[in-house]
Amino acid sequence: MSFETRTKMSAKVTVEDVERVAELAHLELAPDEVGPMLRDLNAILDYVAELNELDTSNVVPLAQMGELEGGAIAALRADLVRPSLDRSAVMSQAPETDQAFFKVPKVIER
Amino acid sequence: MTAERFVKKPRTLTDLRADLAAGRTKATDLAAAYYERIEKLNPRLNIFLSLTKERALAQAARIDAIAAKGDPLPPLAGIPVGIKDVLVTQGAPSTAGSKILQGYRPPYDCTAVARLEAAGAVLLGKTNCDEFAMGSSNENSAYGPVRNPVDPERVPGGSSGGSAAAVASNLAVATLGTDTGGSIRQPASFCGVVGVLPTYGRVSRYGLIAFASSLDRIGPLASNVRDAATMLGVIAGHDPSDATSSPAPVPDYAAESDTPAAGLRIGVPAEYFGEGLDPEVRAAVEKGIAALEVAGCTIKPISLPHTKYAVPTYYLVATAEASANLARFDGVRYGYRSPNSATLSDMYSHSRDEGFGAEVKRRIFLGTYALSAGYYDAYYLKAQQVRRILADEFLRAFAEVDAIVTPTSPFPAFKLGEKTGDPLAMYLADIYTVTASLAGICGVSVPCGATKAGLPVGMQVLARHFGEGTAFRVARAVEAAGI
Repeated sequence: MSFETRTKMSAKVTVEDVERVAELAHLELAPDEVGPMLRDLNAILDYVAELNELDTSNVVPLAQMGELEGGAIAALRADLVRPSLDRSAVMSQAPETDQAFFKVPKVIER
Repeated sequence: MTAERFVKKPRTLTDLRADLAAGRTKATDLAAAYYERIEKLNPRLNIFLSLTKERALAQAARIDAIAAKGDPLPPLAGIPVGIKDVLVTQGAPSTAGSKILQGYRPPYDCTAVARLEAAGAVLLGKTNCDEFAMGSSNENSAYGPVRNPVDPERVPGGSSGGSAAAVASNLAVATLGTDTGGSIRQPASFCGVVGVLPTYGRVSRYGLIAFASSLDRIGPLASNVRDAATMLGVIAGHDPSDATSSPAPVPDYAAESDTPAAGLRIGVPAEYFGEGLDPEVRAAVEKGIAALEVAGCTIKPISLPHTKYAVPTYYLVATAEASANLARFDGVRYGYRSPNSATLSDMYSHSRDEGFGAEVKRRIFLGTYALSAGYYDAYYLKAQQVRRILADEFLRAFAEVDAIVTPTSPFPAFKLGEKTGDPLAMYLADIYTVTASLAGICGVSVPCGATKAGLPVGMQVLARHFGEGTAFRVARAVEAAGI
């Protein structure tokens, strides 16, 4: 995968790309899943490359839906401390806790 | 053939409420009758993933007590409803159709669910759907596909397939679904029921397990337009727990749906009637348009020339947002944790690998790729720019017409397995629904006839932001024509 900025879509995902994306997304692919994923991604990226037909150099990206609706969506709420969910109710759903914290396998190797 | 066994129209909200108020029906008996029907049909149709009987019967008993005292009944008193399993319900299974949330019991209720219950509705249980609402056929559910009550060899559509099929088979009077790219409207059309895509911001998403946050919406499905309008009136409105919910006042949608459509200007976009449209679907929708003219509407041919760019735009925006939203499923705070992980990093990837299905992984891959260093401008930014073009195109059209009508889907319900081998072919099932999703506008899919084989056809009625009342009026006129 190249890290120069691409301004055009150019679909040709490689096995290395798939492996790199798997790492970024914390997903694993069995060896027999890599081929089909490569094929599907390339097919989808080929298809979305249709968007290259449009000149969007002067188009402001639409990221927030609220702006289309004449500001009908509320502004930010006041930043106030308020009661939230009960800790024990939340902790009861975690795979492993000590009641106060979530527990995970060790992070640092000695 | 089998349709008679599974398809049954629920009674209307108005009739059921009148019976409850007069003491002719008891909410507890009604709930029991629905559970009996669910037990009979669910093994074949796979519509409900879990039932919330205790909660339902307690609520029904409360309603019966109000009715016995002769006190005024709330708007949805005793009405049996189903809830798509991507909406969380306190203490009750909320799987999002995924193995990764098997066994999860959320500590709170989704606002839309809480509002239904506060209005007297009886929550029967949670309905099946594509995993994390990603799919157009319900075949991506980790718990097996829903069968279409009209023909169990066919898909009910997706992702809110269980919610649509529940209404079509009278396993609920009305349901809640979610729509990100067509997930309420398309299954509504496949199953022959009414489905509503509310304006972005109209209904709080607090408690909706997020898929794509700039697109996700919660909306009702019902057997008729007026019931759907009543349901929307209950769940709509500002919620401090969702910063994207709008403070715009909530009109009386049911009353608006009673207003005749005469005088409305209806746009018919050529791009939605081109190549790929099934001729029988076209014929049915054209009958619907003719009925609108008879009802006193003005029909106006219009053009939305960028429509063909909507599906690629949608799949870039939706997958990018999904890759971010689904990062929260990491085996730490809730849901599945893989038992065999020595390190934190292994635990993340093993849990996600074992917990997510193939389509969810494919979309996380696509979204992560599109957002990754060096590709952001080419994919996500480009898609957001085209999204602006598509939204502006609708806004211009709505300067000239009050509503736009199209087929909801290019084809009727297809057979199970027919499209599972080709993700791109499945994505194209959403070709008529994704543009409204990208533009944030509202719409209704209303039954509009059937094919010769008896498969339902839906007409999509689109209206401008917060124009739900107009969409209901048009849908009501199509419904009244009885095509």
